[in-house]
Amino acid sequence: MGKLFGVILAIIALASAYPIVTHMYVQPVDISTHGHAIDEQLADTMAEAGLSFVLAQLLLAFCVWKFSNRKEGAKVFHLRGGARLVVVAAFILVGTEVLALGVLGQKAWAEVYFTAPKPDALQVQAQAGQFAFYFRYPGPDGKFGPLHPDKIDEGNQNYFGLDPANDVESRDDIVTAEMAIPVNREIHLLMHAKDVGHSFYVRELRIQQDFVPGLDLSLHFTATQTGHFEILCTQLCGLGHYNMKAYLNVLSQEDFDKWIKQKASEQ
Amino acid sequence: MEEALKSQAHAHAPAEGFLRKYVFSLDHKVIGKQYYGLALAAVFIGMVLSWLMRFHLVWPNAKIPGLEIIAKTGAPGGIITPEYYLSLLTMHGTLMVFFVLTNAPFAGFGNYFLPIQIGAEDMAFPRFNMMSFWTTFVAFVVLVTAFFIPDGPPISGWTAYAPLSAIGKDAGPGLGWGQNLWVISIAIFCIGQLLGSLNFIATTLDLRAKGMTLMRMPISTWAWFITSAIGLLAFAVLLPACLLLLLDRMAGTSFFIPSGLVVSDRLQNHAGGSPLLWQHLFWFFGHPEVYIAILPAVGIVSHVLTNSLRKPLLSAKVIIYSMMSIGFLSWMVWGHHMFVSGMNPFSSLLFSFPTLTITIPATIITLIWLGSLYGANIQITTASFFALGFISMFVSGGVSGFFLAQPSIDIYLHATYFVVGHFHMVMGVAAIFAIFSGTYFWFPKMTGRMMNETLGMLHFWITFIGTYCIFMPFHYLGLVGNVRRYASFVDDFMPALMPLHKFITIAALTTGAAQFIFFFNLVHSRFRGKQATANPWRGTSLEWSIPSPPPWNNFGGDHPVVYHDPHQYGVKGSTGDFVMQTSPEQILNE
Amino acid sequence: MSSTLHTPMCSPRRSDLAKGSESGIWIALFAITMSFAAFTSALFIRQASTDWTHIGAPRIMFASTAVLLLSSLLMEMSRRGFDGKPASEIKVPRKGQMLLAATLLLGLAFVGGQYMAWRDLAAQGLYLATNPNSSFFYLLTGVHALHVLGGIAALAYLLLLLAARGSVRRNLVNGVVVYWHFMAALWLYLLVVICVRL
Repeated sequence: MGKLFGVILAIIALASAYPIVTHMYVQPVDISTHGHAIDEQLADTMAEAGLSFVLAQLLLAFCVWKFSNRKEGAKVFHLRGGARLVVVAAFILVGTEVLALGVLGQKAWAEVYFTAPKPDALQVQAQAGQFAFYFRYPGPDGKFGPLHPDKIDEGNQNYFGLDPANDVESRDDIVTAEMAIPVNREIHLLMHAKDVGHSFYVRELRIQQDFVPGLDLSLHFTATQTGHFEILCTQLCGLGHYNMKAYLNVLSQEDFDKWIKQKASEQ
Repeated sequence: MEEALKSQAHAHAPAEGFLRKYVFSLDHKVIGKQYYGLALAAVFIGMVLSWLMRFHLVWPNAKIPGLEIIAKTGAPGGIITPEYYLSLLTMHGTLMVFFVLTNAPFAGFGNYFLPIQIGAEDMAFPRFNMMSFWTTFVAFVVLVTAFFIPDGPPISGWTAYAPLSAIGKDAGPGLGWGQNLWVISIAIFCIGQLLGSLNFIATTLDLRAKGMTLMRMPISTWAWFITSAIGLLAFAVLLPACLLLLLDRMAGTSFFIPSGLVVSDRLQNHAGGSPLLWQHLFWFFGHPEVYIAILPAVGIVSHVLTNSLRKPLLSAKVIIYSMMSIGFLSWMVWGHHMFVSGMNPFSSLLFSFPTLTITIPATIITLIWLGSLYGANIQITTASFFALGFISMFVSGGVSGFFLAQPSIDIYLHATYFVVGHFHMVMGVAAIFAIFSGTYFWFPKMTGRMMNETLGMLHFWITFIGTYCIFMPFHYLGLVGNVRRYASFVDDFMPALMPLHKFITIAALTTGAAQFIFFFNLVHSRFRGKQATANPWRGTSLEWSIPSPPPWNNFGGDHPVVYHDPHQYGVKGSTGDFVMQTSPEQILNE
Repeated sequence: MSSTLHTPMCSPRRSDLAKGSESGIWIALFAITMSFAAFTSALFIRQASTDWTHIGAPRIMFASTAVLLLSSLLMEMSRRGFDGKPASEIKVPRKGQMLLAATLLLGLAFVGGQYMAWRDLAAQGLYLATNPNSSFFYLLTGVHALHVLGGIAALAYLLLLLAARGSVRRNLVNGVVVYWHFMAALWLYLLVVICVRL
């Protein structure tokens, strides 16, 4: 039985590693400027973690295979020095690994969170509410009008609760159900929650950030490829959570200008 | 020796009424079994819920016969609605984390064996002990009641984030009285746990037998002791959090709810509260809670392994110090559940360092186990196999934690199946393996009968292979970006992943079915199992020095005296290759 | 009535078991401290919001505080009269019992005073959900009062045992005394928080 354990565990360990090593399940192609740092971090961690995983499982498998139910009177081996070797090894190996990953990992995080958006970044506001995302562009005046929750009227498509009659800045705001952005242009995404917690996740952009009711949060990023991508809600927000998504279209600057003009005329 | 032990067993057993003896017993052994039984009931329900969830994910339009009777609105015609899926998910997590993983390895085995392993006659406060069990039982009943109210159980997850959990029924189905029952249940559960932890700590500090120094306590006892210290402080934070949530829900306060929220077209009448405050309070409890779930398992596995290897582990002392370090560090890492929550991103970096540092004591413990295996004489039993399986699962689960501890990687992996795979590996498999190991190991002591080893081995193999088949693929799904807590998969990239989901579901249903082998073995062996001796595994610790099952006062009115630590294996003893803690004989060779 | 063993005659360990409650009360106090630490951090986070205001502490609370401190003093005076011998059961002299009874009455007076403080706030239109400050006021004073009532119940139980049997386990008495003093110290802390922060 001990030998069976060793064999089966070895198979499990190698079978588990197989889809990783052969890249059967990978993240989609990165289309952001900061994503490569995240991907590198992920790959480095996968190599270290994957190696540790396989080695540990194979060591376990080997030990059980070799040292189980030995014949009567078999000598039991006691390692001198107890756990000293283990403690030193753990501190050195794990300590350096941990510090390296922790310190190096800061770079990717800092790129996303510790840099301010460029002053000419395109501002877009996203509002998350049960169970849809809506987006708002500031229009030619470059300013967002104030939000009035008591004026929200989904039936009349006033998703944000704007009051153009009284607020000048709201008059040229453009509200859409799809998000479009120009490629290679920094986007400053302002995030507003209408009701409960939600989250903004675009796999290809390597960004994820919660919407917190009552907090003004924002993200900035730059897309490097055009295309059609999904924005998914990843914070449990109620019964429609699974279906809460929107589309992000990354367009050439020209196409984007056409699109925003089109949307403006539809307001 | 057996005869002498048996005669002690029946001396002075007090006359007690039925209720006092079997229901409101003050005997820690009965209470331990009651906790274990409660955990069995909870794990059965939790497992069925997971079957329903896995079924629904791959066959969303399937009619589940009979479900429409329990869930009139949640599953009309037997088809699970998205909100009912979330209810199943919420109750699955709540039952498993609280009523299984905090109950069985800690309150169950701990209550039964801690007093015995330190040479005491009972816990320090038997009345509080009895109250702690029945409080936990009431919490269980309150929780399960949520299934049967018209609006159904809550849909906010076991984490119950505000404002979704705080607003009330405007926010969705199940969030009215379902959520209230949930919060009340958990608050009651906190009280039960606080009473229990108090007992464990006081007993360990004050009731040790003569010669039982702290360092002579078995690793399992140390694990229960450290866990109860963590539990005392963690549940003392969850209880206030639940009270604040209840006040927001029922008294109109605004601890967690900001102003200006429009939910179901209604402007909510709250202002100024902070949803992040709930997350901070919850996870300040929640992270130590997962160590409450795993440390007793580490203790039980270390205890079983020491015995099964017929040699001491490389260093029990270092394992104990490592468990203490994990306990200490566990208070500093709660923010790693909140990396992308909107809290200050600098805090995220701060939290990641202690999180990564916990890898060190965890690695030390794992390497001690692995190093100890080398040159051992591993006794193959179901108990030892589950302990060895635990090592495998602990490595798997720990390794995936490495990814999630880094905020930059967490940006991509947060809220995906990668996280679900990680915590199921460590909690849902590893900790469960430790419960199984402890059961097969201690069943003879608790009942006086042996469990069936053939059935045990069958149970082990199916479970070991099956759980890997279920939970390893979760990591692959996460790497692709498969989001969690989704009732259905409607995203464009999901169809390619459905074959893997089907594989998981079939593995889950098969592995689940195999657990009936265990239930059957438990019940059948209780009545028909082979008679067990006092020390069937040739163990050294105090539980093996008393009859199987133990007499009402554990040591027959004697005061046990302890001469050695419990690691005297692989030495020449009068009874074989071991020397018991209570044996006054000198240790002849190293 | 001993809750520990079923047949005291058979088991000489009873005295060891009775030792248990020595650390028990301190462990419980750790947990209670942690809970109030949680409430305090909630307060600190909540006060950062724009709707944080200011409510004055009702004047009667200072009188209640004096009452509670006096009760602690009487409790301590009683404790000093306990039999100093290291036996596990102690007799409390009549004077000591009177002091304990007085402590209990003062404890009830304190809770009564808290109730009057709530009435005072209500008269100003400040209820539990009126504003975050009032929420914390009712919360902190309410939870503390609940714990004081628990202490009063324990003290009543202690006095009943003394009346019925003449002596009680040392550790039960020690536990009640330590708990009572802790409730007074906790109240002083909460009073400072209320006056300075609320």
